[in-house]
Amino acid sequence: MTSSPANKQALSELDRPNSYIGKVVPRPNLDRLMQGRGLYVSDVELPRMAHVVFVRSPHAHARIVGIDASAAKRMPGVIAVVTGEELAAVITPWVGVLSHLKGLKSAPQSAIAIDRVCWQGEAVAAVVAASRAAAEDAAEAVEVQFQELEAVTDMRSALDPRTPVIHPALGDNLAFERNLDAGAVDAAFVSSDEIVEAEFVFARHTGVTLEPRAVVADWNAAEARLTIYQGTQAPHMVQNLAALHLGLEESQVRVICKDVGGSFGIKVHIYADEMATYALSKLLRRPIKFVADRVESFNTDIHARDHRCKGRIGVKRDGTILAFEIDDLTGIGPYSMYPRTSAIEANQVVNLIGGPYATKNYRARARVVFQNKNVMCQYRAVGHPIACSITEELVDLAAAKIGMDPVEIRRRNLIADDAYPCASPSGLRFELLSHHAAMNKLMTMMDYDALRAEQAALRKKNIHRGIGIASFIEVTNPSAAFYGVGGAKISSQDGVAVRLDAQGAVICQTSITEQGQGSESLTAQIVGSVLGVSMGRVRVILGDTDQTPYGGGTWASRGAGIGGEAALQAAKVLRKNILDVAAAILQSSPSELDIANNAVVNATDGAPRIELRELARIVYFRPDTLPPGIQAELMATRHFVPREYPFAFTNGVQASWLEVDTDTGFVKLLKHWVVEDCGTLINPQLVDEQIRGGVVQGLGAALFEKCIYDERGQLTNANMADYLVPMSGEMPDIDVGHVVSPTAESELGAKGAGEAGTAGAAAAVSNAVNDALKPFGAIITEIPLTPQVILTALKRI
Amino acid sequence: MTAPHFISLHVNGERVDAQVLPRLNLADFLREHLKLTGTHVGCEHGVCGACTVRVNGEIVRSCLMLAVQTQGASVETIEGLSDTGEIADLQAAFRDRNALQCGFCTPGMLIAAQDLLKQEAEPDRERIREHLAGNYCRCTGYQAIIDAVEITAQARRGQKP
Repeated sequence: MTSSPANKQALSELDRPNSYIGKVVPRPNLDRLMQGRGLYVSDVELPRMAHVVFVRSPHAHARIVGIDASAAKRMPGVIAVVTGEELAAVITPWVGVLSHLKGLKSAPQSAIAIDRVCWQGEAVAAVVAASRAAAEDAAEAVEVQFQELEAVTDMRSALDPRTPVIHPALGDNLAFERNLDAGAVDAAFVSSDEIVEAEFVFARHTGVTLEPRAVVADWNAAEARLTIYQGTQAPHMVQNLAALHLGLEESQVRVICKDVGGSFGIKVHIYADEMATYALSKLLRRPIKFVADRVESFNTDIHARDHRCKGRIGVKRDGTILAFEIDDLTGIGPYSMYPRTSAIEANQVVNLIGGPYATKNYRARARVVFQNKNVMCQYRAVGHPIACSITEELVDLAAAKIGMDPVEIRRRNLIADDAYPCASPSGLRFELLSHHAAMNKLMTMMDYDALRAEQAALRKKNIHRGIGIASFIEVTNPSAAFYGVGGAKISSQDGVAVRLDAQGAVICQTSITEQGQGSESLTAQIVGSVLGVSMGRVRVILGDTDQTPYGGGTWASRGAGIGGEAALQAAKVLRKNILDVAAAILQSSPSELDIANNAVVNATDGAPRIELRELARIVYFRPDTLPPGIQAELMATRHFVPREYPFAFTNGVQASWLEVDTDTGFVKLLKHWVVEDCGTLINPQLVDEQIRGGVVQGLGAALFEKCIYDERGQLTNANMADYLVPMSGEMPDIDVGHVVSPTAESELGAKGAGEAGTAGAAAAVSNAVNDALKPFGAIITEIPLTPQVILTALKRI
Repeated sequence: MTAPHFISLHVNGERVDAQVLPRLNLADFLREHLKLTGTHVGCEHGVCGACTVRVNGEIVRSCLMLAVQTQGASVETIEGLSDTGEIADLQAAFRDRNALQCGFCTPGMLIAAQDLLKQEAEPDRERIREHLAGNYCRCTGYQAIIDAVEITAQARRGQKP
């Protein structure tokens, strides 16, 4: 379903014999993973390596009265039992705030809790032993005496004067508040023919990476250097923070990231237990390995979403949307997460509500509160699913109120495709989007009218199917506006170094990282295309702060757009350098030469002149034969960061076709469609698979996923049997189509695609369920849409 | 009950003799004792399927089986199935279809898929989805995996008309 690029002009220079850009080519090195010969952190073993297991709090909020580790220390294989206070000798605490999120506050957090625990699962002590099993045995023998404190669990009452303040020094439980008032909202509601309001509820859920978080930290006291093996999306960020809190220079810390078993934003943060592992290695002067078990993953991997939001929309009878208004509340656990903070999601919700639409009147309030639950932070599509669900469900509710088709009301309000550049009421700047082209394409792909006819026919047979539509925008290619301006040392630029080796093959070092998206592939595709070298002769090195240029990594849908452009520019320089030396060897001029199929050729007729292998041989081994004054430079490095736009917005639209069993409350997903516009498609297959994987994570949120806490702050379903995730049996086939509007910020023109699927999937499903339930007059504005929620709405239970 | 047991078995065709604690599960035995790290541990309680291996020809969750239970058994892991070439066509289909992203579920997924393909010549998409419903993949959304298994089934039928 991939269409050809609309803007051929942008790619014409790259349309060369070895052009891989825009083509489906298999990712390099998949055999390694398919044969079980990858190297995930959980596979890493080092000489003298010991294992750490953390003793974790069973209480959501408690004072640590005493820790008796004497019995544990006597157990076989135990090397050390370390408390928070003892570990504080080698590592400093941190506070998860950023200066551009005005008013955001948080309390100092330690690697291991000192005096007090603030959520169930917070580490109280570390047990280091010769094996993980021995450490687990000993952890059970550590006796911790707790004095339980009242737990703040319900975000709705977190700000009540009677509710205890979790961090008294902060004054209250409000971490962050943002208010926005754009246009003339009150007047717009007064002139609306209809106003619809609803309260939207989004459950807490989490990433459930199949490989749990894992770290091996290796402090070599003789080198005074710490090597950290970690499955992270941002190696240089880890380097910076480990150095900062251990009192080291960044040059003393090397972060190596080999294969990563799933990430999705879970592994873009620094967790207290990871900091503790670095510190333990320094303290004990040996390699220490930490691999979270699944219960620990559920209790300590960041959670996400958990919003309650009141929303209001004003609409004219002709379908014109006059205003949006929201009041959002989210609970983030006891600390703002480090270093990206836990205010970003609510901030994004405020930014993104109403994003696809021309409506100028918009008012928002978002409040972020502390509670005694696991920490919350950025997970795939940060804020987007919340904003998209609220917006798109409000639009559907408004359409129903005025008796208009959901597609029609969107067509009347989506920003016109020729209106760019423009800005949203919240100040987001859009370079070029394609909402209407995307909607038109979606209508064709799904055969909307035929589906509506089928739906009507089935309703007569008491079969209740629904169609749900959701337009969306997605933040990609973030500049320093995301974190850098707030003081976080998280790079927004990326670098790529490309060199021709002595046999004419290409080695490429990039600062973006790979967690399965295809970073390695897209880099090789771009470099091969520009250089005229076959992809099999391009080797990509990533995930090592000692080996790659400095950069941000892979998160926020930034790898292809930013790292890809750096690769393109570095390859262009190397290409020029190769042609310069080729011209000297061939007594020609660079303009008369080109590179194709691993050889320098005539630009005019493509006739081979000299193989790159031979050119490299001369440069590296017989430079004496080059003309005087010629110094070949067969290595080039370039960096890139977008400067014109803070973010490259993408857009798209999703549709869900599903059936609701009104007796059981079960939802059967029948089909899902996505049309999205991420600019230049470097590898259409990889883009489609990012979309599909993202959609399925959104479908999990829509139907299954929920961290269920009781009123005492106990997570009651912290295992994979009770926390439901999408499995193959329940998932539909997903058709993906594209509209291509390249960004002019880069020569490559690529925007990100990693989060678009997740952004709109739940909204499409919610709208489809409400569409299916229309004959019953039931409206549900809560996810996950479990059978219980649906049957309750149908008043069946 | 806690003293080490001696076990003797075949792993990927090689004889293995080992002293193991009774509580050691097969996944940890393969990973930690034999360094066969292609068998992945995702949930440690039999739900996610990442640790799927074959024992005497049947697929099992190696986190739910104790190493001592494999006395005299023939155990096959992803490394073995790769080296014999038994699943080379399935792996090629996974590659062509990009049916893996992070790859952590992939060894278990391949072994579970091969189990279906050995039992049934013409599984349709629904049957493939059903058979793989015990193998969790967070990255792909499953469709590419279903495609790759379906393509392999079709190709194998073509080779053996």
